[in-house]
Parts: sequence; structure tokens; C-alpha cells
Amino acid sequence: MASIDLTELTITKTLTLLEERKISSVELVEETFRQIKKVDPKVKAFLHLNEEKAIEEAKKADELREKGVKGRLLGIPISIKDNICIKGLPTTCASKILENFIAPYDATVIKKLKAEGAIFIGKTNLDEFAMGSSTENSAFFPTHNPWDLERVPGGSSGGSAAAVASRMGLGSLGSDTGGSIRQPAAFCGVVGFKPTYGRVSRFGLVAFASSLDQIGPFGVNVEDTALLLQIISGHDPKDSTSAPFEVPDYIEFIKDNEKTSYKIGLPKEYFEGSTDKEITQIIENLINKLKKKHTIKEISLPHTEYAVATYYIIAPAEASSNLARYDGVKYGFRAEAKNLIEMYKKSRAFGFGKEVKRRIMLGTYALSAGYYDAFYLKASKVRTLITQDFLKAFKEVDLILTPVTPTPPFKIGEKISDPLQMYLSDIFTIPVNLAGVPGISLPIGLTSNNLPIGLQIIGPHFKDELVLSLAYQIEKEVNTKFIPPVVKNS
Amino acid sequence: MAISLEEVLKIAHLCRLEFAEEEAKKFSEELSNILDYFKKLQTLDTKEIPPTFHAVKLKTPFREDEVQSFLDIDDILKNAPELKENMIVVPKVVKAP
Repeated sequence: MASIDLTELTITKTLTLLEERKISSVELVEETFRQIKKVDPKVKAFLHLNEEKAIEEAKKADELREKGVKGRLLGIPISIKDNICIKGLPTTCASKILENFIAPYDATVIKKLKAEGAIFIGKTNLDEFAMGSSTENSAFFPTHNPWDLERVPGGSSGGSAAAVASRMGLGSLGSDTGGSIRQPAAFCGVVGFKPTYGRVSRFGLVAFASSLDQIGPFGVNVEDTALLLQIISGHDPKDSTSAPFEVPDYIEFIKDNEKTSYKIGLPKEYFEGSTDKEITQIIENLINKLKKKHTIKEISLPHTEYAVATYYIIAPAEASSNLARYDGVKYGFRAEAKNLIEMYKKSRAFGFGKEVKRRIMLGTYALSAGYYDAFYLKASKVRTLITQDFLKAFKEVDLILTPVTPTPPFKIGEKISDPLQMYLSDIFTIPVNLAGVPGISLPIGLTSNNLPIGLQIIGPHFKDELVLSLAYQIEKEVNTKFIPPVVKNS
Repeated sequence: MAISLEEVLKIAHLCRLEFAEEEAKKFSEELSNILDYFKKLQTLDTKEIPPTFHAVKLKTPFREDEVQSFLDIDDILKNAPELKENMIVVPKVVKAP
């Protein structure tokens, strides 16, 4: 048996090793759980582990491989954010209200991954109902950044990003409503992709803000991320917002376009203001290198400064409606009560955490009689302006480059008592969800404190392959393996 | 923009939440701050701008109205807080005559 160095592995490399019988899936999954036992007590990325079943599935995968069966993820261990349903496993959304909920069916993305032979090692931590930017809003425990355990991994998909960075599984799925894949990917030094709204079915994803939510993949590199996206993409009759369009071959596209030069826009609104100097510097250095091959020009997305306010009206409004279903009747936590209305109120008051209540209250207020026009309708109109900014920009350029976050990962506890400050940490990722365009977060460097920095690449609607293609080129240029200290020292 | 304690309690009732008084006071402060930040939007003229409710414009997809069987009924019912046979028990909602 060959010894397995998880830091050397990507999904594509591992598939070759499996195919050549240099390793078995059982060995790989066992090594992954050894890694989890070593590292996760510090990082705390997982809410539930699926060890026994995963090893059973790995045995089956090895047997299938012997029989000549092919699967694009046959025997590959991955993790899933705990707001995506896997039949028979808990789906808690990191909320007390769903603490005992066992998913009765598979999300469409899970069905697709299963069909390719993926193995689910566990469910990852998140901000409760995906509401937050630090994973501190989990009702169970916060996740720690594998680069500095005193810092947040970002959120809401902080568990998924931290797990992939810590080599606990070779990839993960998260969800992104205002930056919940890209911001934690940037904070943890992995690749995270939010596809075009409608590219991936949301059936089986617990709804937060339905016009913004999108499932997307995490990987240690762009090719793995593209492969996961390829598998989960496509129309699904069970999600009427999923788009009935052909899905291109992403891997083929990025390989065919390794040398293609693009017209790249730098929106001035994302580079002025209070963004951390080291982040700006690292991005500027990279842009100087890119100039040799690509056309770079300054562009303007003039309504950027209104995006956070717009988002924090629309997302809570949709959330207040979506979360009305947690009433203690059919599933989830039910409080003892004398009558029905008291049962609703007590179940919800006990079951939801503070940030979730804050957003339900905000959303209810923004939708209530007398305030609908001033808040919800106004925000929906500004959303049009923000979307038009992108549509105009993409008449001039193929792709847009921006920072992912205005700061490197912050300390646990630093922003939790000031909701507005926390909201403002999503300033560069939110406009992408409002417009529904695709965006990736790609690690491009480390600060002097050894914290990872991400670059965001934004593309036009349903041009996800363009985003991946430029990311693939930049990854080669950066040519760095991002292995956090918690892995090196373990 | 200040939001009063009374308003907080009214909204809480609308969304079926309840708060202890201390908590409600804190909320009125926090929500007021956030609503103040939202005022930013009022500086934009949007009279001629149509609202966007969906990021990607797709037509409502129609399909045949065909019955499909769902086999995991037991798995769904297992999540119910209280069951009697195959029915979910809730507090009484009608008054006795």
C-alpha cells in the first residue's frame, strides 16, 4: 500500500492514481478520516461525519472500478454544506430548529454526484441558514480558519472552505447568496465558484433568499472546481428557476483556451476606498503580469455603493417568507404551548438564533404595509440599476477582476456584535448575486501575516466557462500551492 | 430612522416571534441603525426604473399535470414532532361548541 500525502492530491490526480491502482478508494477515505481526526478538533469544519457509510461506499467504488465501471468521481471523498439534503443524513442548517431533521430525499446536486460515484464524508458547518459572513452564527460552534485558528474562515460556507483547505475531502459544495462561497474560499485559500443563477438546480437546498441563492463547488484548484461544476450543472424540472440551456464542456473549454487573451475590466469603484493595502498590492502586482497577455481597462459599475443596502433589504425580505415554514408543525423543533399561535411563537423564538431573527424582522418590516414601496420595491428597482451596470460593462469587456473581500480574514468575535460592519464585509461579492452573474474566488497570494488573499473574476450570464478559463490561466501564473499551517504542522 | 419598541413588538407578532423586553430594546436599536443605512437608496431617482425580482429572466415552465409517486412518506413523517397513525398532531385550533 502506497502512503498517501493528501497535500499532493487533486481530484483529477487522484482519479489517475485510482485508475492505475496505486491507491484504493478505501485507503483514500481512511486517510481522509485520519486527517479529520487530527485536524478537525482544531478547525471544527464538520457538523456530522459519515465515516462508516463512507468507507462502505469506498469499498463499493473499488469493486465497481475492478469491474471496469467508470465514474467521473468514482471513489472521491467530498463534503457537503449542511443546508443541502443527503437522504438519511441530518440537514440542520446549523440551526436548533432543524437539529433533529433527517433529510428524506437527495438534493438534485447530490443525485448527480452519487451517479458519478462521489463519496460523502460529512456535512459542514455554516452560519445558521447561511446567514452570515464568518460561520460564527452557527447554533452549534464556530469554525476556525486553518491559516490562523483565532480567525474566522469566512461564511456562510466556512465549514466547506475550511475542510477543503485542510485537505479533509478533495472538494465540497456550498451555497452562495451574497458571497457565501467566494468569501470563505478567499479567507481559506481555496477555489470557490458561484455559478450563474439558474445554472445549477436548487432542489434540495434549504431556501434562504430564492432569487439570489445558488449552489456551487469548492476545490483546491480550478480544474477540480470546473469538474464539480460540470457534474452539478444543468436543467432540473424540479427547480423551475434552473435554466433549460446546454451546459458546455468546462474542462475542454479551459484547456482549449489556455492561451486566449481576454478583455478584462477593472471597476474603479472596487479599487478606491478602504480596501486593505496588502490586498490591493497583491492584486496590482498580478494585474501588471496579466497586462502582457490581456487587454486591461478601467471600467465603472456606478451603483456599487448601493449594493449592500439593496441586498440587505431583498435577502431578508425573501428570507422572512422562506423561513415562515419553520412553525413547529410538520418538522423541526416544536415548543410546548397552550394554543397554536403560542406554539408558533415559542418554537421560532427558541429555534432561531439571533442573526436569523434579525433578518426575519428586517424582512418582515421591509415587506409590511406602509414600508413595502420605500424599502422592498425601492431595493428591487436599484437591483435593476446594479444589473444594468454589469450588462453595460460586458459590452466593453469579457470579464471583470476585483478583490473578493475588503480585508484579510478577521478575528473571531471582531465583528459579531456589529451586524452592519459584518454586512459590509460582503461589499464586493453581493453585486454579483443581485445581477445573477457568475463569479469565482481564486487564491492569489498571502499577506505578511501568512493569510490568504483571493481574486474575484466575474463573467456575463451563462458564460461560466469564461470565468473558469481566466481563473485557470491566472492559477498557472500564480503557481503557488496554498497549504495552511494547521495541515503542515499536523 | 428610529423604530420604536412598540413597532418591534408589532413586527415580531407579524412574523410569529417573541422577545423579552431587553432583547426587544436591543433590536429596536440595531434595526434603527440598519434602516438608517438603507436611507442611502432614497438618494437615487428610480421613478422610471422597473423592479427586478428575478436575476435571470425565464418563462414560467409548463409541464403536463401528471401524478408521480413519492415513496419516502415514512421518512418524511419521521421528522414530525408528534404523530398519530399517519397524521401530524397539532394543538387544537377550533373552540369546542
